[in-house]
Amino acid sequence: MSTAVEPSTSADVPPVPGEPAPAVQVTDLRKEFLRKERRRGVPRRRRVPAVKGLTFTIQRGECVAILGQNGSGKSTLVRLLSTLLLHDGGSAHIFGHDVFTEPRAVRKLVNRVSVEASFFKKMSAAENLKYAARFYGMTPAETTERIPEILGRVGFPSERRGEPMEALSRGMQQKVALARALLTSPVLLLLDEPTTGLDPRSKLEVQEFIREVRAAHDSTILLCTHDLAEAESLADRVGILDRGELLALEPADRLKERYGAATLEEAFFAATGRTFEEEVDPEDEEREVWA
Amino acid sequence: MMARGAAATLRHELIGLSGVVERNWYLVKRYAWWEIAFFLWTAANTLTIVFIGKGVEAVGGTVDVNRLTTILLIGAVIWSYLGIIFEILTETVAWERWEGTIEYTFMAPLSRPVHLIGMGIFAVFYGVVRAAIVFAVIASFFGLNMPEANFVTAIVLLAIASVSFIGIGMMTAVLPLISPEKGTQLGFIAQGLMLVVSGVYYPVSVLPEWMQWLATISPATYALRGIRDAILEGASIGAVWGDIWPLIVIGIVSIPLGLEIFRRGERYAKRHGKLKRSG
Repeated sequence: MSTAVEPSTSADVPPVPGEPAPAVQVTDLRKEFLRKERRRGVPRRRRVPAVKGLTFTIQRGECVAILGQNGSGKSTLVRLLSTLLLHDGGSAHIFGHDVFTEPRAVRKLVNRVSVEASFFKKMSAAENLKYAARFYGMTPAETTERIPEILGRVGFPSERRGEPMEALSRGMQQKVALARALLTSPVLLLLDEPTTGLDPRSKLEVQEFIREVRAAHDSTILLCTHDLAEAESLADRVGILDRGELLALEPADRLKERYGAATLEEAFFAATGRTFEEEVDPEDEEREVWA
Repeated sequence: MMARGAAATLRHELIGLSGVVERNWYLVKRYAWWEIAFFLWTAANTLTIVFIGKGVEAVGGTVDVNRLTTILLIGAVIWSYLGIIFEILTETVAWERWEGTIEYTFMAPLSRPVHLIGMGIFAVFYGVVRAAIVFAVIASFFGLNMPEANFVTAIVLLAIASVSFIGIGMMTAVLPLISPEKGTQLGFIAQGLMLVVSGVYYPVSVLPEWMQWLATISPATYALRGIRDAILEGASIGAVWGDIWPLIVIGIVSIPLGLEIFRRGERYAKRHGKLKRSG
């Protein structure tokens, strides 16, 4: 049985006036989706909550991992913070800008890498990056210099820059997705299962690159994952999101301590009442449709 | 200080607009063989329609074949041009949704008017090039004689009409956002309605009265009538003013209306989680 625990860290204290706003400030954030269904032949709509009153803060330069199964609300949270979904209640601020009333200011600060490396598949990596960079105000002169540099940094072979994306492996595509996000120098990077489906080597390369980005750019990172080891090795604090509720958000060691667990997996089990590999319940699957 | 901020914003938006045009150019380039196939289809379709002019004489009708074939050619070419604008605006949104890139486009700091107008500008340039080639190919195939043609007036009319076409294209572009599965097909209904009422292949005067009323709010009606007058009679810009001013009025209304409809559709999609890639 899950028990919602109010995250209790110093990072959740409201900002002091005059001090710089935290990177992310989320308060009682709620999102529901309407599901069409038939009950006894009568069509009706039912509200399915995807995130239920999330409250947390991420400080500048911090890396926070959110752990959760499919349908837990991780992707919904990332989409809300990316201005891709409208909320049903609560608030979210990014570097002091309201996500829902100042989306343009937020968009200049944020970029995202999702589990699907979404690109025009016939276009090359370089072409996909070029046009995307223009949307952030980068001129041809800037992209001519920056794209080879950034692709080199993510370990993308230069001779394959002109190949269509469809000819690249999933690992390679994910590297291009990382390059696309970093090309615009975001101060907040939203990573939604960036290593899911990658082979072990690609996974390690991507993780190493995330570490490098953090060290070099002092970016703030929100990493949503269901990879426990990844969360533990990359994040300053780890949150457990279950059925749209944030059950905890603490450093991994404190989380284990709180639940008297030897591993993060045991802590997850203790917090949610189910194992990490356990099949999602039907409600999770409903949430997953949109999340 | 404020002026510098506005200049920076304008610069940012113009670079973004060039990015939209650049993206659509890459897509055309990468699907070059398909573009050639579609061009051949358009040419064959236009040829078939223009042959109707020849056919009328062959079955015993008494007509000025050169005039009729030119009327049909103008109708077919303008119709294909309109189709390209609608298709590029609507199908790019559907395509972006399919590839999943729409989320990245929508989370970029690019204003929606610039995004949509960028697609419209590309559509106009691409449509003009294709329409001009089809026109030249079919006209030379039939050896059409247009001694009076005033192409300057025709181009001015097409340019003014394009504003309205882009506005209506924005309205249909929202459909794949609202209904990812069937939205694009719904756009064909708007296109089909314009085909029937705008006098593409026949004068509007042959339509029932209620259809003639619909013709008055279709920009294609004025574009076709004015361009035919320019090419067949050599009408000057002043002579087709009666077709230009309604086009200006429809253009002034259709762009803000198209943007507002798209804005509402985008909000609906964000409210209901419709931007997520499916398939």
